[in-house]
Amino acid sequence: MNGVHDMGGMDGFGKVEPEPNEPVFHEEWESRVLAMVRAMGAAGAFNIDTSRFYRETIPPHVYLSSSYYKKWFLGLEEMLIEKGYLTREEVAAGHAKKPGKALKHGKFDLGQVERIMVRGKFARPAPAPAKFKIGDRVRAKNIHPTTHTRLPRYVRGHVGVVELNHGCHVFPDTAAMERGENPQWLYTVVFEGRDLWGADGDPTLKVSIDAFEPYLDPA
Amino acid sequence: MRLIFRAMSHDHDHHHHDDHSELSETELRVRALETVLTEKGYVEPAALDAIIQAYETKIGPHNGARVVAKAWTDPAFKQALLEDGSKAIGTLGHVSRVGDHLVVVENTPERHNMVVCTLCSCYPWEMLGLPPVWYKASPYRSRAVKDPRGVLADFGVSVPKDIEIRVWDSTAETRFLVLPMRPAGTEGWSEEQLAELVTRDSMIGTGFPRAPGAPS
Repeated sequence: MNGVHDMGGMDGFGKVEPEPNEPVFHEEWESRVLAMVRAMGAAGAFNIDTSRFYRETIPPHVYLSSSYYKKWFLGLEEMLIEKGYLTREEVAAGHAKKPGKALKHGKFDLGQVERIMVRGKFARPAPAPAKFKIGDRVRAKNIHPTTHTRLPRYVRGHVGVVELNHGCHVFPDTAAMERGENPQWLYTVVFEGRDLWGADGDPTLKVSIDAFEPYLDPA
Repeated sequence: MRLIFRAMSHDHDHHHHDDHSELSETELRVRALETVLTEKGYVEPAALDAIIQAYETKIGPHNGARVVAKAWTDPAFKQALLEDGSKAIGTLGHVSRVGDHLVVVENTPERHNMVVCTLCSCYPWEMLGLPPVWYKASPYRSRAVKDPRGVLADFGVSVPKDIEIRVWDSTAETRFLVLPMRPAGTEGWSEEQLAELVTRDSMIGTGFPRAPGAPS
């Protein structure tokens, strides 16, 4: 979706402000939100792409005015309600009113913690040969799906070069919508800065994205 | 603070108006959600505590720094690291476990690498810990791909005008770690000494390693 989350190349957000000696969490609740997201994801309530999509669907004015973990919280709560794991009444009351729904991987308990400290695996067997090889020129498709995609707007329509082939991975565009893993070849595609940003762009800049094969046409 | 919060949340009907009467709406909503998830049998609060403790203590830039220092002192490891980051790091028993598809990109006298996630906040957690706020915030996400030298200036960092700037936008489940250049004047240093010079930002590409003798 062409949401406000797709920020690459936007102007007007001001300076980057690094915080010296920044703590891991600024507020206690942030850590609880992180832990709930990780736990419910690991328990099988949703996949990572779905959780990203729910954050992207936060209304733009709320997205831009909410802190990072506030967005995580808003996305988590809405997703769990829509997927039927809890109800708005329960959230408002702060208590369960009926028993929980079965989780794919069961309750998240202490024994599960160790396994989530390493990222999940996203590589899958290839359903078909790769269409592109390293060095090929490719054009990022001019597509504007209203659902989840990982093709940022700033490269759409532009020509780049395939630099790396990462094998076949879970395709976020379908996984996010719970339409299956639909594995696709994944490439690092590199673009010239001036192709993206015009003649006034930094001539020494190259930008790459990791692009799934359905995002690309031969060029 | 966490202990206070945990104690309160186990006893929430009685104490949360006492000395924390200024609980924000967000804090209340987060607490309500955790209570519902717990009561419905989805999560065990102690498991959430353990997740938080692990993120606060087990992962962090110290893991990435050890990998970088090893690469600076061991050419065979460096080559393996650049070929397959996850596999090479997997051979180091003393570093945090790492997931698949970690791509290590090397800074050279001709090229400076920077990592961003314009769409959300993808970041090599296992190597660097949880990302800092600025990495996840709009100014960095919007500008890194268009005006990386301007972003570097915000960090007080300057890269010579004739050096290529390569920005890696983390749009998939690959993760990127920058291998910065080894500082001059560190000949003969041990891995442990070198690791002390490796900053988090130098592994994102928004900074350089500390110079020998600079304050840490």
